[in-house]
Amino acid sequence: MKETVLILGGRSDIGLACAHAFAAEGHPVQLAARNVETLEPARADLALRHSVEVSLHEIDALATGTHGAFAAGLEPAPGIVICAIGALGNQTADEEDHAHAVEVMRANFEGPASLMAVFANQMAVRGEGVLVGISSVAGDRGRAANYIYGSAKAGFTAYLSGLRNRLAKQGVHVVTVKPGFVATSMTEGMDLPPKLTARPEEVGQAVLSAVRKRRNVIYVRPIWRVVMTVICAIPEAVFKKMSI
Amino acid sequence: MKKKLSGWGRYPVAECEVTAPRDEAAVRAAVAQGPVIARGNGRAYGDAAMQAQGTLDMRRMNKVIAFDPVAGRVECEAGMLLGDVISAFLPHGWFPAVTPGTKLVTIGGCIASDVHGKNHRNDGTFARYLDWIDIMDADGDVVRADASSNSDLFRWTPGAMGLTGVILRAGFRLRPVESGWIRQEMVPAANLDAAMEVFETTDATYSVAWFDCLGRGDALGRSLVVLGDHATRDELPSDKRYRPFHVPARRRKKVPVDAPAFALNRYTLRAFNLLYHWNGSRQAGSSYVDWDSYFYPLDALLDWNRIYGRPGFAQFQVVIPLDSAKAGLTRLLDTIAASGQGSFLAVLKRLGAEGGPFSFPMEGYTLALDFPVNDRTLALMRELDAITVDHGGRFYLTKDSRLSAETLRAADGRVPDFIAMRAEQGLAGAFASGQSERLGL
Ligand SMILES: Cc1cc2nc3c(=O)[nH]c(=O)nc-3n(C[C@H](O)[C@H](O)[C@H](O)COP(=O)(O)OP(=O)(O)OC[C@H]3O[C@@H](n4cnc5c(N)ncnc54)[C@H](O)[C@@H]3O)c2cc1C
Ligand SMILES: NC(=O)c1ccc[n+]([C@@H]2O[C@H](COP(=O)([O-])OP(=O)(O)OC[C@H]3O[C@@H](n4cnc5c(N)ncnc54)[C@H](OP(=O)(O)O)[C@@H]3O)[C@@H](O)[C@H]2O)c1
Repeated sequence: MKETVLILGGRSDIGLACAHAFAAEGHPVQLAARNVETLEPARADLALRHSVEVSLHEIDALATGTHGAFAAGLEPAPGIVICAIGALGNQTADEEDHAHAVEVMRANFEGPASLMAVFANQMAVRGEGVLVGISSVAGDRGRAANYIYGSAKAGFTAYLSGLRNRLAKQGVHVVTVKPGFVATSMTEGMDLPPKLTARPEEVGQAVLSAVRKRRNVIYVRPIWRVVMTVICAIPEAVFKKMSI
Repeated sequence: MKKKLSGWGRYPVAECEVTAPRDEAAVRAAVAQGPVIARGNGRAYGDAAMQAQGTLDMRRMNKVIAFDPVAGRVECEAGMLLGDVISAFLPHGWFPAVTPGTKLVTIGGCIASDVHGKNHRNDGTFARYLDWIDIMDADGDVVRADASSNSDLFRWTPGAMGLTGVILRAGFRLRPVESGWIRQEMVPAANLDAAMEVFETTDATYSVAWFDCLGRGDALGRSLVVLGDHATRDELPSDKRYRPFHVPARRRKKVPVDAPAFALNRYTLRAFNLLYHWNGSRQAGSSYVDWDSYFYPLDALLDWNRIYGRPGFAQFQVVIPLDSAKAGLTRLLDTIAASGQGSFLAVLKRLGAEGGPFSFPMEGYTLALDFPVNDRTLALMRELDAITVDHGGRFYLTKDSRLSAETLRAADGRVPDFIAMRAEQGLAGAFASGQSERLGL
């Protein structure tokens, strides 16, 4: 029997693409989201296409007090946990809307980190398991265009790095995914450069292969590693005057 | 969002306002803006799935809704790919009852074009296996149409090229199979007569002939006729019998850049055709071929439509009625051979009886060829149009990118009824494509 895969953010295009990639390989799937009952069509689709068990679970990433009970209540305990929860916000508007900016930061860092924490402890006890966090290249360097989102992703990236370091000796593996642009509901209507933009299915396949090969940090399209290396190498004195 | 769109032939190209709805409400909002046209996976060759003011990319509405593993009935959203239907249900022993030569098409596209396969003479078009459709009309209402309720809409939609509304969901039947393997037989035919003789006498489920367009005189229509049947489990060699639905994964190749047009002069065409011919005759006789290689040989070559370079290509596909098939095909092939513009893909199939009021197939032979688009080939195709009309032939709209409204009317007596039906149902202003505007549908 293959490990059960839990998708946190089960409505997200990237999360669902991961669910399909693993289900196609015979993994049972647990989809967790807010208002999860609306995911019944997605559940049926996964189950019918891939002939695997698929179940639905309610979760709010911001209700951190519920996370421990949520993790303890899952039956079976997932062997692979993929967190696709996140919110892009609207940088310019959020610079004025303090409350919303804080919510964006919480949805990208506090909530996902809190969820990873409870599953990390659960897996550490069992001495096995894989945690996958969908972070972002936006966390590699703060830019005027999206630093509210980016800074929270930077926090999540650092959190995953720390978890990986801690759990490496305990049989638990942690994968950090920095997808680059992906054509999803989050980026709907944006004019993204096609060569730099992955389809959600590409991310799903990349995550599947990263889990199998126990990769640490992946960029989905290799070109992003180059792009981010260049962006990070620009001296701060120059960078602060640029608009990219 | 504005996007440059084209069909599979990459001709014509037009800037279109594209939305990719995730649910019914989003489709309704787009229909309210009208005119719109639904688009599946863009495998129609020309402008059938393009509308400058509103093109609806349906591929996000692609969920399986239900599957009955005993009766082989599927219910799904219209944007589901046929290839995904196969991956999901072949392991349960079910295969599409009718499939085009690519699995990279949506169910909505299969219905709207009323596609046929190499088994048309025996098994008809996709519509024969359709139980019901949910389709959005001009007012944004969703209508369930089947053989007993809204039966007119149910009859007119297959073959209507998206012009009767947006298909949202469908229920259809699959064919039971015992394995993922096809018993294939290759029969070389020296000329058209010999090929037609094979078609008329075979009792194979699937039959198709691949052409070498350069043969003339006695060799006119020399071809390789490929016959096929679903292999039963018992007849398979023991290594395959053990896991009858398991077939080896195929390696995908990509055509990296737009090939320059000069790569396509008559010498490379001749070489390509001869190689194909030789490769085929070498494998003459009977063998077991996996379903993917048998039905979809071109799908392994991703983006092969780039082979023709930037100007794109057009497919000429017509059906000539049985009575005049021999004469009509001879005239067509003679004219093509004389022009020296022979093509990569020339395919002949035997079609059976007509299945619906605007569906393409009718009893006869269908010929399909690709041409790179340029002034000479466009002129040649106009010559072929006239020959087709002279012989009572009919054009396949899903392959069309350049036909004139007059030629279509001359060829297809059903056009006035189709237009009247659209007017009566209030569909004409709401659903329109580049093709329907060009052809005055
Ligand atoms: C290599 C190749 C081989 C082929 N072989 C065959 C063959 O053997 N037999 C055959 O019959 N055809 C064949 N075709 C043609 C192909 O099957 C049809 O063009 C099919 O309709 C393409 O489906 P699609 O999803 O790509 O639709 P598109 O090309 O996107 O659209 C085709 C038509 O369907 C309509 N449509 C699509 N979705 C919907 C919807 N949800 N609601 C309403 N209308 C909709 C569009 O408006 C358009 O008129 C072949 C094509 C290729 C490229
Ligand atoms: N698209 C890109 O270009 C891109 C690039 C890099 C990284 N990413 C990251 O990839 C992940 C998936 O994003 P996506 O592109 O698939 O976009 P998406 O469809 O918008 O997915 C984001 C998901 O996060 C969920 N979510 C937000 N706040 C939540 C909360 N408090 N509790 C529970 N769920 C919550 C949303 O759930 P609801 O549906 O309930 O709102 C939504 O399903 C995100 O972490 C995103 O930051 C995306």
